[in-house]
Amino acid sequence: MTVLQGVLLVLVALGGTAVVLVRDPLRQSIVAGVFGLLLGLLFFAFQAPDVALSQIVVGSLALPSMIVLTLAKLARLQRPDE
Amino acid sequence: MTMRSRRVLFLVAAAIFGFLFVWGLSGLPSFGDYRGPYGIVLGQIVMSERHTTEAVGATTFDYRGFDTMGEEYILFAAVMGLVILLRELRGERTEEEEEEEYPVHRRRREASDALRVLGLALVGPLVVLGIYIVVHGHITPGGGFQGGVILAAALILVSLAGRYPAMRRVRPIPLVELADAGGAAGFVLVGLGGLIAGSEFLYNFLPLGEPGTLLSSGMIPLLNISVGLEVAGAFVLLISEFLDQQFISGLGEE
Repeated sequence: MTVLQGVLLVLVALGGTAVVLVRDPLRQSIVAGVFGLLLGLLFFAFQAPDVALSQIVVGSLALPSMIVLTLAKLARLQRPDE
Repeated sequence: MTMRSRRVLFLVAAAIFGFLFVWGLSGLPSFGDYRGPYGIVLGQIVMSERHTTEAVGATTFDYRGFDTMGEEYILFAAVMGLVILLRELRGERTEEEEEEEYPVHRRRREASDALRVLGLALVGPLVVLGIYIVVHGHITPGGGFQGGVILAAALILVSLAGRYPAMRRVRPIPLVELADAGGAAGFVLVGLGGLIAGSEFLYNFLPLGEPGTLLSSGMIPLLNISVGLEVAGAFVLLISEFLDQQFISGLGEE
């Protein structure tokens, strides 16, 4: 295992913990996006560039945007005459 | 359940989980010790058999192309389900209709200048990057899925940077649906080509070409392009449906 792989493993562990510890859903979606990016870098360091690309586009793009849009809809339902 | 019994339950569960976890970890092969035979075999034969420099692409689109077709249709079916679930219900009204009735101007949807400039500046490069990743799927890492999502991201960026109601009027939804359906059908049609060539479904029937060039690896680039179209269409539809929900008021009755 190289130093880079070790550092990224630790960063992914910290990122995953951060996602759980952040309790506000909106902030959580952003932290989850950063976590997705870290996971992508980890896959890249482990010589799996195909998986890394998929992880980056889905984990830090598609997933957070869907969560943010859902949260916006929920906020709108709670305050209908904003 | 009292706090005390919850804590006891947690400690028991954590102890069992910890034991199984450590037990499982102790049985793992050591770091970097790869024991599966298929990866090694594929790494040796991909270049000579399929003239492709991307073993992963050759595996997903050729050696196990049928599985990839199933995965493509999982996404297709999931997006169809979403479109049906999020259709406009009776009793729901879009913002445009509301604005016609009550001409109150809603300003909060305007994107900031920074978002608009950055968004529009990124759209072009993202489209080029997406197409590059799709068509080089058999030469370098990437392929239809990854490139397709990047292409969808470019279109989503347009709706982020522009004014949404204006986007809604010009958005090429029929074209997106056509890309989604056409891409899904394209994969099967290329697969049927193998049958017509007198072999099995998804047999690589096209000339293999010079390794490392765009026109090589037989049918793999065609499959990448059809998956790219399907994925780009599916993700644009998906995000569009979610976006549309922001501009529908009322819970609807049905």
